[in-house]
Amino acid sequence: MTSIRSTASEMSAALAAGTITSVELTEAHFARIEDVDSDVHAFLYLDKAGALAQAAESDAKRSRGEAQSPLSGVPLALKDLLTQKGIPTTCGSKMLEGWRPPYDSTVVAKLKSAGVVILGKTNMDEFAMGSSTENSAYGPSHNPWDLTRIPGGSGGGSAAAIAAFEAPLAIGSDTGGSIRQPAAVTGTVGVKPTYGGVSRYGLIAFSSSLDQAGPCARTVLDAALLHEVIAGHDERDSTSINAPVPQVVKAAKKLDIKGMKIGVVKELQGDGFQAGVLERFHDGLDALVSAGAELVEVSCPTFDYALAAYYLIAPSECSSNLARFDSMRYGIRVGDDGVRGAEEIMNLTRHEGFGPEVKRRIILGTYALSSGYYDAYYGSAQKVRTLLMRDFNAAFAQADVLVSPTAPTTAFKIGAIEDPLAMYLNDIATIPVNMAGIGGMSLPCGLAPEDGLPVGFQIMAPAMRDDLMYQVGGALEATLLAKWGAPILDLAPVLAAK
Amino acid sequence: MALNYDQAVAKYEPTLGLEVHVELNTHSKMFCSCSTEFGAEPNTQTCPVCLGLPGALPVVNGKAIESSILIGLALNCSIAPFSRFARKNYFYPDMPKNFQTSQYDEPICVNGYLDVEIETDEGAKQFRVEIERVHMEEDTGKSLHVGGATGRIHGADYSLLDYNRAGIPLVEIVTKIVGGTGKYAPQVARAYVTELRDILRSLQVSDVKMEQGSMRCDVNLSLAPIGSGALGTRSETKNVNSLRSVERAVVGEVVRQANRLETGERIVQETRHFLEESGQTRPGRSKEQAEDYRYFPEPDLVPVVPNSEWIEVLRATLPEKPSIRRKRLQDEWNVSDKEMASLVNAGLLNVVEATISLGADPARARSWWLGEISRLANEKEVDPISLISASQVAEVIQLIEAGELTDKLARQVVEGVIAGGGTPVQVIAQRGLKVVSDDSALMIAIEAAIAAQPDTADRVRGGNIPAAGALIGAVMKATGGQADAAKVRELLLKHLGKGE
Amino acid sequence: MAAISRDDVAHLAKLARIEMSEAELDHLAKELDVILGAVARVQEVAGADVPPTSHPIPVNNVVREDVVRPSLTQQEALSGAPAQADGRFKVPQILGEE
Ligand SMILES: [Mg+2]
Ligand SMILES: [Zn+2]
Repeated sequence: MTSIRSTASEMSAALAAGTITSVELTEAHFARIEDVDSDVHAFLYLDKAGALAQAAESDAKRSRGEAQSPLSGVPLALKDLLTQKGIPTTCGSKMLEGWRPPYDSTVVAKLKSAGVVILGKTNMDEFAMGSSTENSAYGPSHNPWDLTRIPGGSGGGSAAAIAAFEAPLAIGSDTGGSIRQPAAVTGTVGVKPTYGGVSRYGLIAFSSSLDQAGPCARTVLDAALLHEVIAGHDERDSTSINAPVPQVVKAAKKLDIKGMKIGVVKELQGDGFQAGVLERFHDGLDALVSAGAELVEVSCPTFDYALAAYYLIAPSECSSNLARFDSMRYGIRVGDDGVRGAEEIMNLTRHEGFGPEVKRRIILGTYALSSGYYDAYYGSAQKVRTLLMRDFNAAFAQADVLVSPTAPTTAFKIGAIEDPLAMYLNDIATIPVNMAGIGGMSLPCGLAPEDGLPVGFQIMAPAMRDDLMYQVGGALEATLLAKWGAPILDLAPVLAAK
Repeated sequence: MALNYDQAVAKYEPTLGLEVHVELNTHSKMFCSCSTEFGAEPNTQTCPVCLGLPGALPVVNGKAIESSILIGLALNCSIAPFSRFARKNYFYPDMPKNFQTSQYDEPICVNGYLDVEIETDEGAKQFRVEIERVHMEEDTGKSLHVGGATGRIHGADYSLLDYNRAGIPLVEIVTKIVGGTGKYAPQVARAYVTELRDILRSLQVSDVKMEQGSMRCDVNLSLAPIGSGALGTRSETKNVNSLRSVERAVVGEVVRQANRLETGERIVQETRHFLEESGQTRPGRSKEQAEDYRYFPEPDLVPVVPNSEWIEVLRATLPEKPSIRRKRLQDEWNVSDKEMASLVNAGLLNVVEATISLGADPARARSWWLGEISRLANEKEVDPISLISASQVAEVIQLIEAGELTDKLARQVVEGVIAGGGTPVQVIAQRGLKVVSDDSALMIAIEAAIAAQPDTADRVRGGNIPAAGALIGAVMKATGGQADAAKVRELLLKHLGKGE
Repeated sequence: MAAISRDDVAHLAKLARIEMSEAELDHLAKELDVILGAVARVQEVAGADVPPTSHPIPVNNVVREDVVRPSLTQQEALSGAPAQADGRFKVPQILGEE
C-alpha cells in the first residue's frame, strides 16, 4: 500500500500500476504538510493549486497512455533559490519578499516537463549562506528527529521536508555542503553532482564557481531518479558540461562493489569530529568491506586549508553576485520618500534587506577583492584551489571513490552556535568537493550513540563519474539496510498532527 | 595674460591617449539573445539575463568575439591565445547587475598600431598610433531624468530606466600613450579616430555613427613642459561625439591645462565632459575616493581561447585597408586629394565604388552622388545611401551616356525613384521622360520656331550662327526640355543650310 | 594589530552599498578581524609556481549563435519593479554624475 512513507520509486510504481493517482498522492502530501509543517517549518510557500493542476495533468497523460517519465506524478519540494515562473522566490531573504520571477529555472523546466509535481518552496539560510537554516529571514526550520535542533543548512527546509515525509523528493543546492550536511543531520540522502552536471540557469547565485543544484531523497535510487531528471547540458549555462549524463540510476541499482577501491581520507576523521560520528563512519567502512570493497588510506594535505580558501572565494563571488539586489528593478525598496537619492535608497535597502551573515560575507568578499588585498586573499585562495584539485587527482589515482563523515557532528540545538567561525566548521568535510568541482553524496550510516541522531557518510567521486558514488552509495545503503532491518527514518520520532 | 593654443603648445608638449567604445552591429546582445534593434519601446528588448534578474546567466555571442578578433587583426594586434571576461564591480542604476562584464587583464587583442597621415607645415606626415588593447564589454541601460529645474540629474525628481540597450556588445579600443605630436595633437587625434572609423566601417562590424553613439570617444590628455621628458597628470574627457569635437576637445584641454600650469595650479586627475557649444570641457564626476572596481574573473563564463585556425579563417576575410583602398581608387578614378576627401567625409566612397563597378562613368558617378543625390538627402535630412541604390544610379548614368536622357531629365528620373516611383525605367515610362529623338517630331518644332522668328532665321542663314540659340531655345521649350539640344542644333542648322 | 579596522569596514560598507550603524561597524570589525585572522593562512601554502584556479572545470570557448530570440514582454520585465512609469523602471533620483 502506497503511503507518504513510501519511496519515490515505490510511488512511481504505484502510479504506473494505477493503484494511486497523482492527485491523491499530492493531496496526501499536502495533508501531511498541514499536519506537521507548523512544527517543522520546512516550507516557505505552498503552491496547492499549481501542484494539483500538475498532478491532474500527469494523471490525464497516464490515462491517455502517453509516455511518462519515471517520476511523473511524484511530488517534490523545491529549495527557494530556484526560480519558478510566477511563484514567490525569496532565497530565504527579506530582500526578495514578494518577488515572483517571470521565468523558470532550467531545473524547474526539466521537472515540469518530466511531470514532477512541485508542492512548494522550501526554507533555507538566506541566499544559501549558513549550515543550520537559522539565517532564514523567515525563521528556522526544525529537525524532524528533534524539533529543538537544526536540520542543517543551507538546505534545511528541503532535508526536513523529506525526513518528515512532507515530500519524497526535494531539490537542494550545494555550495559548500548545503545539500549533503542537511542530509547527514536528518538521516536522508543528498547529492551534490559534478559542477556543470546540472544547469545553474535560474539558480540564484551565491558563489557561481561552487554552486550546484542536486537531488535530496530518502534512498540512493530515488536520488538517482531525480538526478537524471534534472541533469544535462544547458546552452543557457556556459559552465554546463556538454557531455552525456552519467548513468546514475543504473549505477544505483548495481549493488555490486566487489573489488572497488575506497579511499579513506586521512585528514577528514580526526580532531573536531564527534566520537559517535566517527564510530558510525567506521560502521559504514565495515559495511563496504563486507560488500567486497577494498579500503585504502589516502592523504589530502591541502584539505586543512580548504575551509579558509572557501571563506575567501565564496564571499568574494557573493559580494559581486548579490550586488544586483539594490531595489531598482525588483525586490523590496526601503526609505523611498521622494527626496532621498538612489544611492541612499540602495544603502538603506541593503541594510534592511540582508541579514547579518549575508552582510558579513559581502563585506568580507569586498575586502578580499579590493585593490591591495586581492593577491593575498582571493588570489591565494585560488591557488589553494589548485592544490586541492591536485590532492584529489592524486587520491583518485589510488581509489575509485573517496569517503569521509559528511559533517563533524550530529544536529546541534537551534541557537547553540553563535560564533561564525564555529559555524563554518560544519562544512569542513564537504567544502573540498565544491572547491574541486567533483561530485559528493551523503547517505545515513546510523545513529550516533551519544545522542541517537543520524550520522552522514560522504562518498566523493571524480568529476563526471557521479555514477561511481551512486554505485557505492547504493551498495552501502543495501548492506546497512540488511543489517538494520528497516530504514533509519523508521527510528525517527513520529510527528503527530496538532 | 591667458595663453592661446599656439602659445600653449610653444611651451608645453601634449601627450594623448584615446579610448574608443564601439557598439558592434550584432543582431543579438553580448550575453543574451535579445535584439539590438534601435528604437524599440522601452524594456521590450530585455530578458532575465540583461535585466540582471536573480538566477540568470550570460552566454557569449560568438559573432561578437569574431568581430573583436577582426578589429584586432585590422589594427595589427596580436590575438591573445587566452582571454577572459572579468567583472568590474561598481553600483549604478543603469547597470542591472551592478557589475559590468568586461575584460580586464586578459583582453582579446593586444599590442597593435594604426598609421595615420596628417598635413603639417612641412607637408603630409605619418604618425604611428600604438594600440594597447582591444577588449569586449557590454553597454548599460539608458536613464531618463524627470523633473527638476534643468531636466538633468541634478535637481531631477526621479529617473526612469530602459534596459533595451543594456548588454549591447561594445568593443573598447585603447591606445598606448601617444607622444611626439607636438602642436599637431588635435590633428593626430582626429586622424586616428577617422581612420579607425573607416576601418571599422570596412570590417562591417559596427555602424560607427558617432552622432548616434554607436562610436564614442574618450580623450585623455596631459601636458608637460617641452624638453622636460616628464609626463603630466591627465584629464579624461568623456563622450566626444564627432570627429570635429575630437579635435576641438584636444585644443580645449591643451589651453585649459596650460593656463592652469601657468598660474601654478595643479592638474587634477578627473573625468571631464566636452561641451559641444563652446569647445571647452567642464569637470564631471568628482573622484573623492579612487574607484576600486574589484575586478575578478567572471565565474559564469569560460575563457575564450582562439586557436590559430580560427584566427586565420577570420584573417582571410579582412577587407583591403581603407587607406590603401583610397589610394588605389584615387589612382583608378584619377581624382584630386580634395575630391577624394569629400567623398570619404560624406561616407559615399562605398556607394560610388559600387556605382562605378556597375558600369557607370567614374566622373558622373561621383558628381551624381556628391551633387544631386546629396542635395536631396540634405533636404530630407537623411543619408544619401538610404535614398537610392547604386544600381539605380548606375542605370540612370548609362541612360545619359546612351543619349536617352538629358541631365535635366535624369534629375527628374532620380527624383521620381526617390519619391517611390519604382525603378528608373518605370519612372521614365510613367512620366514619359524619354528624350525626344524622333527627327520628324523635332522638325515640326523647328519649322514652327522658324515661322515664329523669321528674322532670326534669316540672320542665321546669313552666317550669324550664334543667333541660332534663340531658335534652339524655342524648340527646347516647345518640347518640354525633352529634346537633346545638340540634336536640335544639328537639325536646325542643316535646315537653314548651315549644316556641315 | 588588527587586520582590519573599523574605518576599513566603513569604507567596505560604502563600496558594498550597505548602510551601517556605528554599533554594527564596531561589531563587524571585531568579527571580521577574527575571521580574517583565520583565513589568512591561505597565504602560507601555495608557492609562486602554483597557478590560480578560478573555475573548476576546464572548458573553453562556449559561445552562442548571434540569433535573436523572444524577449520578455514589457509587462513581464517590469513585473517585479518597486515602481514604474511609462514602460520604464522608476527609481529615485540618481545623484553624483551626469
Ligand atoms: Mg570600458
Ligand atoms: Zn536579454
